[in-house]
Amino acid sequence: MKNKYSIFSLIKNAFSYHENWEKAWKDPEPKKEYDVVIIGGGGHGLATAYYLAKKHNTKNIAVVEKGWIGGGNTGRNTTIIRSNYLWDASAGLYDHALKIWEGLSQELNYNVMFSQRGVMNLAHNLQDVRDLKRRTHANRLNGIDAVYLNTEEVKKFCPIINISPDIRYPVLGGTLQKRAGTARHDAVAWGYARGADEMGVDIIQNCEVKGIKRNGDAVEGIETTKGFIKTNKIGVVAAGHSSVIANMAGLRLPLESKPLQALVSEPVKPIIDTVVMSNAVHAYVSQSDKGELVIGAGTDDYVSYSQKGSHDIVEGTLNAILELYPIFSRMRMLRQWGGIVDICPDASPIISKTSIKGLYFNCGWGTGGFKATPGSGDLFAHTIANDEPHKLNAAFNLNRFVSGDLVDEHGAAAVAH
Amino acid sequence: MFLINCPFCGEREQSEFKAGGEAHIVRPKQPTELSDDQWAEYLFMRKNIKGIQFERWNHIHGCRKWFNMVRDTSNDEIKAVYKMGEKPPVK
Repeated sequence: MKNKYSIFSLIKNAFSYHENWEKAWKDPEPKKEYDVVIIGGGGHGLATAYYLAKKHNTKNIAVVEKGWIGGGNTGRNTTIIRSNYLWDASAGLYDHALKIWEGLSQELNYNVMFSQRGVMNLAHNLQDVRDLKRRTHANRLNGIDAVYLNTEEVKKFCPIINISPDIRYPVLGGTLQKRAGTARHDAVAWGYARGADEMGVDIIQNCEVKGIKRNGDAVEGIETTKGFIKTNKIGVVAAGHSSVIANMAGLRLPLESKPLQALVSEPVKPIIDTVVMSNAVHAYVSQSDKGELVIGAGTDDYVSYSQKGSHDIVEGTLNAILELYPIFSRMRMLRQWGGIVDICPDASPIISKTSIKGLYFNCGWGTGGFKATPGSGDLFAHTIANDEPHKLNAAFNLNRFVSGDLVDEHGAAAVAH
Repeated sequence: MFLINCPFCGEREQSEFKAGGEAHIVRPKQPTELSDDQWAEYLFMRKNIKGIQFERWNHIHGCRKWFNMVRDTSNDEIKAVYKMGEKPPVK
């Protein structure tokens, strides 16, 4: 049992100069055999292990991670959380996650700094206005909070936006989801890691998967840089590298991995207290608790695993940011980076069994996986434990690319990449 | 950002080009004979290779012609560029 984090533990540890905090998770060597092995120690993978142990009473679980936990896309995204998706299946999936976010810090006894500061999506042309109004209605029918704002209401909610009618892409309106917001990305990975570790999950870092051993139509284990690990159930949550793992098992996925870029500015005093996203000009911005502007750019259109994107993508995004927020014209950018995102043809994820027994994939989250972390882990754990999907992720199966029953969230999901 | 040697125009910035995805996916000869699985394979399934990948590009802000490229997707290094219909110069 781990010591609970509280104001008292903080005071107690202050007396020993914070040098005696117990480790949040162990750093074990892999055992010979596990009941379930999760490949990928990001937020989704750790959450999967956590819910497998907590809700499905699975005892012998390992999470293998080639680098350090939370070091991939979990640490590279712009931390936006929302559930205002168009289609019923997506609304169910993302709102399930949002509801877990609302109690997550308490549940994990770890402050994930979930902040429901609202997410506003802007409309810049008449089609945007129609699309966003339609989405607002669809959201309300699904019980998701959404309001449509006119230009003045957008300005009132975020006063630094330039609503001048003579800019290249004028602000014609927007939608607002007040329950949406941000969370601290690292804390999500660390909180789930601590929770999973407490229930006996082995979190094995610096352990790269080199092969998947199959016996006919079933999996037998994985080859790793730390040796062979025997298991009958493998859950792959490898984001941009999902296809690489799939190739090891002789499986084909409908994914393309592309760089998605983001950047942060130097820290400044509080200036923007919400998240503003803009589909048409592709720019979104929020402010971290440290004071940095967190700016999301677009994806490059070519496959790449290089974790760096093209300069023109960043330039395009910053052009849009400057037109919408002239006040940022002298801001200096501190860091810029790329994450490799695995994009499905219909821009919806895959949380699914495969044609190989004991091999499960949770991938295709593309440009928007962070927001779904708790829900994704919960539903993937259910899918692995029961060998069949939960009703909330039944639509997100791999077979939809054969049946044609796609969940097309391209453009409809409030931001297009 | 990298430079691409268009087989028609010469070396230009990558931002002038549009990536067209995996190359050498052959259009089904008899579409009416295809099963749903085969359609899915043709339409959606991709190799998405980390390493040497064969792909199509279009010089969309130049000559607007399509061509093929061999590129290492792990570091964006271009190995070869060749015209449509030609055999890949490297294996």
